[in-house]
Amino acid sequence: MLGKLTWDAIPLHEPIIVVTLIGMVLGAIGLLAAVSYFKQWGTLWRDWFTTVDHKRIGIMYIIVALVMLVRGFADALLMRAQLAMAGPGSEGILPPEHYDQIFTAHGVIMIFFVATPFVVGLMNIIVPLQIGARDMAFPFLNAFSFWIFVVGAALMMLSLGLGEFAMTGWVAYPPLSGIEFSPGVGVDYYIWALQASGVGTLLTGVNMFITILRMRAPGMSLMKMPVFTWTVFVTSVIIIAAFPILTVALGALTLDRYLDFHFYTNSLGGNPMMYVNLVWAWGHPEVYILVLPAFGIFSEVTATFARKKLFGYTSMVGATVAIGLLSFVVWLHHFFTMGSGANVNAFFGIMTMFIAVPTGVKIFTWLFTMYKGRVEFSLPILWTIAFLVTFTIGGMTGVLLAIPGADFLLHNSLFLVAHFHNTIIAGALFGYFAGLNYWFPKVFGFKLNERMGRYSFWCWVIGFFLAFMPLYMLGFMGMTRRLNQHDNPAWEPYLHVALVGALFILAGIVFMLLQLYVSVRQRNQNRDLTGDPWNARTLEWATSSPPPFYNFATVPKVDSLDAFLEAKKRGLPAPPAEYEPIHMPRNTGVPFIVNVWILLLCFALIWHIWWLAAGSFVATIVTLIVRSYNEDTDYYVPAEEVKRIENAHLAAAAQEA
Amino acid sequence: MMKTCWNRIRYVLTVLAVLSLSGCDWVLFDSKGAVGMAQRDLIILCTGLMMIVVVPAIFLAFYFPWRYRSTNKSATYEPDWSHSTKIEMVVWGIPVLIIAVLSVIVWKSTHDLDPYKPLDVPGEPIHIEVIATDWKWVFVYPDLGIATINQLNFPANRPLVFDITSNSTMNTFFIPQLGGQIYAMAGMRTKLHLIANEPGKFRGMSGNYSGNGFSKMNFIATATSEEDFNRWVTQVRSTAPMTFDFEAFKRVAQPSHGNAVVHFAKVEPGLFKKVIDQFIGVGENATPQVSRSAETAVEKKE
Repeated sequence: MLGKLTWDAIPLHEPIIVVTLIGMVLGAIGLLAAVSYFKQWGTLWRDWFTTVDHKRIGIMYIIVALVMLVRGFADALLMRAQLAMAGPGSEGILPPEHYDQIFTAHGVIMIFFVATPFVVGLMNIIVPLQIGARDMAFPFLNAFSFWIFVVGAALMMLSLGLGEFAMTGWVAYPPLSGIEFSPGVGVDYYIWALQASGVGTLLTGVNMFITILRMRAPGMSLMKMPVFTWTVFVTSVIIIAAFPILTVALGALTLDRYLDFHFYTNSLGGNPMMYVNLVWAWGHPEVYILVLPAFGIFSEVTATFARKKLFGYTSMVGATVAIGLLSFVVWLHHFFTMGSGANVNAFFGIMTMFIAVPTGVKIFTWLFTMYKGRVEFSLPILWTIAFLVTFTIGGMTGVLLAIPGADFLLHNSLFLVAHFHNTIIAGALFGYFAGLNYWFPKVFGFKLNERMGRYSFWCWVIGFFLAFMPLYMLGFMGMTRRLNQHDNPAWEPYLHVALVGALFILAGIVFMLLQLYVSVRQRNQNRDLTGDPWNARTLEWATSSPPPFYNFATVPKVDSLDAFLEAKKRGLPAPPAEYEPIHMPRNTGVPFIVNVWILLLCFALIWHIWWLAAGSFVATIVTLIVRSYNEDTDYYVPAEEVKRIENAHLAAAAQEA
Repeated sequence: MMKTCWNRIRYVLTVLAVLSLSGCDWVLFDSKGAVGMAQRDLIILCTGLMMIVVVPAIFLAFYFPWRYRSTNKSATYEPDWSHSTKIEMVVWGIPVLIIAVLSVIVWKSTHDLDPYKPLDVPGEPIHIEVIATDWKWVFVYPDLGIATINQLNFPANRPLVFDITSNSTMNTFFIPQLGGQIYAMAGMRTKLHLIANEPGKFRGMSGNYSGNGFSKMNFIATATSEEDFNRWVTQVRSTAPMTFDFEAFKRVAQPSHGNAVVHFAKVEPGLFKKVIDQFIGVGENATPQVSRSAETAVEKKE
C-alpha cells in the first residue's frame, strides 16, 4: 500500500536527527498556531500563496533561501565539528552513513536551495522594476516556477525525517548513485528534488529572457539597459541552454534506477563517465548562473555609492557576454584526471584560463568606477570591497586548478573545496548580501539596520578567511575532500582553525537575522518615503517604496543609461492629473494547487507508492486542463484606483517632507 | 628527467618554496618524485605569474575606496568620467598577455606531464596493476607474480608504470608526494607513470569519494633500495602458496572497511584484465552478470 515506506524510515536511532526533527516539528506547530491566532490564514492565501506579483514571489524566494541557509549551514557546522574531532584515534560524532548524507545535503542545499533561490528572488523583484515593466512576461508561469521550486525544498526537508538522503556527494556520480551501490531512497530524493527545482529554474530563465527582450520601457535599447539587467539576461540564456542538460542527465539516471536501464551502470554497455560529462556541461555554466547576477549587483552598488558613472559600460557588457559563452566550453576541467589525452586536457585548461580575462576586466572596471568617485561606506559597498579582495584570490586559485598538470595534484583536495567556496561565498553570496542591503528599502520601504549589518559583515568576512584559508593549506598538505575521519596529526590544527571560522560565520548569520529583526522593529525610524533612499541611478528607484502592485503608475520613458539619474538632473516631472487604467494579471491558486499534486507525485515516486503516483499525476493534468478553460485571468485597475493609491503615497511623502 | 621549460629556475623556485613553507607537512611542496616536483614547480610558477595582476588588484581594492572616500574632499571627483581607452587597453591587454603566456605553459606542461606518457628516465620500469575495490586497494605485480592488499612497495629511482581499474565505484589513485592522481573506473584501464627519487614512506589514498568506507581507503607507498625491494618480494613469496585467482579476488572485493595489509605469493595471470572484462562482456564473462543490487540489498538488511 505504501510502497517502500514503513515505520523504519524514521531515523529514531540517530539522536542528532531526532533532536532536529523535534525542533522542526515544534517550530512548525508554533508557526501554524501563530498564523491561526493572529487570523492570518486569509491574508496568507490571498496575498502570498495565490499571488502572481513578481515582487511578492521574489520575497518568498528569498525567505525560503534564508531558511534553507540555516539548514545548510547547520550541516556545514556539523561537518567542521566532525573533522575537528575525528583525528587520529577518534571516530568523531558522526558515523560515515550519516556524515556522507550531510555533505551531500550541504552541497545540494547551498547550491539549489540557497544560492539559486536567493538570486532568482533578487532577479524577480528587481528586473521588472529596473526595465520599467509592470510584471514579468508570464506571471502565472512565474508563480508556478516558485511553487515547483518549493516542492524541491520540501522534498529536501522530508528526506531528513523520512528515510535518508543521498550518500553520493552533491553531483551524485554513478555508479555510486546507481541502484547497485545506492539501493535506498536517498538518491531518489536527490533526483526528484533537483528535477523539481531545476524545472523551476528553467522556467524562470525562459520568463526572464522574454521579459527582458519584450517588456522594456520605451526607449530602453539593449545598450541602455542597467548592468544588473544585462547580467540577468545573459544568465537567463545560460539557464535555457544548461538546465535541460541536467534534466536529461538526471532523467537517464532515473531510468537506470527505476527501469533497469544501463546508461551509467558499470556493465551492459553503460558508461558512468557520460553522466560526469553531462552533469558538468550543466554544472559549470551553473556557477556562472549564480555569480553573473552578483556581478550585476556589484556594478549597480559601486556606481551608486561611488556617486559616479560605471566605468567602461561597454566592456562590462562585453565581458558578461564573453563569460556566458566561455562557460560552455570548460566543463572538462572538472575531471582532467579521467585520463583524457593531453590535447583535450590542454584545450579545456586554456579555455578555462581565458575566462579569467573578462572576469579580471570586470574587477578593474569596478575599481576604476571608484577611482575619482566619492565612495560612501554603506553596507552594500563594504560587501563589494570584501568581494573584490577575496574573489581575486578565488580567481587565482581557479586558474591554478585549470592547469591540468597542477590539477592532478589539487583535484578533489581541500584546495578545491576552498576554491569553490571562495568563489561562491565571496563571489555570489557576498553579492546577494550587497543586493539585499541595497534593495531592501525599495521592497519594504525602510532601510536595514546599519550597526547589526556591520557586525554581520565583519563576522562573515573574518569567518570566511578563518574557515577557508586553512583548507587551501590542507590541500597542499594532501588532504582530500569528503573524508569522514583521518589519521594525520599534522592536519589537526588547521581543522581546528577552520571550525573557529565556521563559528564566526555562525555569528554572521545570527547578526544577519538580528539585523532583520531590529530593522522591522525600528521600521518607523528608518522609513523612506521618497522611494530613492540612496540617490540612485536606475529606474527601480523611480517609483515609491514599496512599489504599488502595478509598479509604475505611468510607464517611464528612457533615453539614456542611468535613466533615473538623468531624469533627476533634468528635474522630475510633476505627477499627472489623470491616470490611465492599468492592465494586470489576476491572482490564482492554481500554481500552488498543481504543485501540491506534484509534491505528492514526487513523494510517491521516491517511495514507489504507485497508486498515489498515478493519482497525483492525473490530478496535475486535470487541474491544468481546468485552468486552461479559465479565461478570466486579467483585469484593468481603474484609473480612479490608481489615482487614489498614487495620491495617498504623495500625501504621505509630502507630510514627511 | 622530465623536460620542462623552466628547468633552469627550478632550484630558485624550490628554495623559495622551502623557505616560505613550514617544513615537510606541506607534502605537495615536499615532493619526492620527478613528476610531483614538476607539478609543484608548475603551481609555483603560475602563481607567480598571476601575482602580476592579483597584487595590484587587491592593492587597488583597498586604495581606491580609501583615497576616494566621500569624506576626502581633496580628492578629485569626476562623476561623469566613465571611459578611457588607455585604461581599457591595459585592463584587457595585460590579462590577455598573461593568459597567453600561461597558455603556452599549459600546452607544454600538459604534454610533458601527461600521466600516460612513459617517463624519460633510465632503468627497467616496474609494472604494477592497481584495482580499487570497496574499500581497499589491490596491487598486482604481474611480472613478479605477487599481489598485496593496501601495501605498495617499489625500488626508488626506477620508473613505475601503473595500470588502474576499479571493481565497483570510481576512485582516484593518489600518492601526493610522488605526483598527481588518475581515476580508477570499472570496465576501464587508465594509466599513470610515477617515480620516487629517494627511498621513503609516502601516504597513498583514494582521492575520490566512493562510499562509506572511503575515508580508510589508505595505503603506504614505500620506496626502498633495490636490495630491500628484492628482500620484500622474497618475503611476500614466502607466505602461504595460495594462488590469488579471480574467485579469491571476488571474495576480497566484498565491501569491508580499514583492511590490514595482506600478501599473496602467487597471482593468477591476467587477473587484472579479467576484472576489467567482467563489465564489458568479453571472454569468459560474456554472459550478462546478475545485478548485484539484490545482494547489496540483503547485505544492508544484515
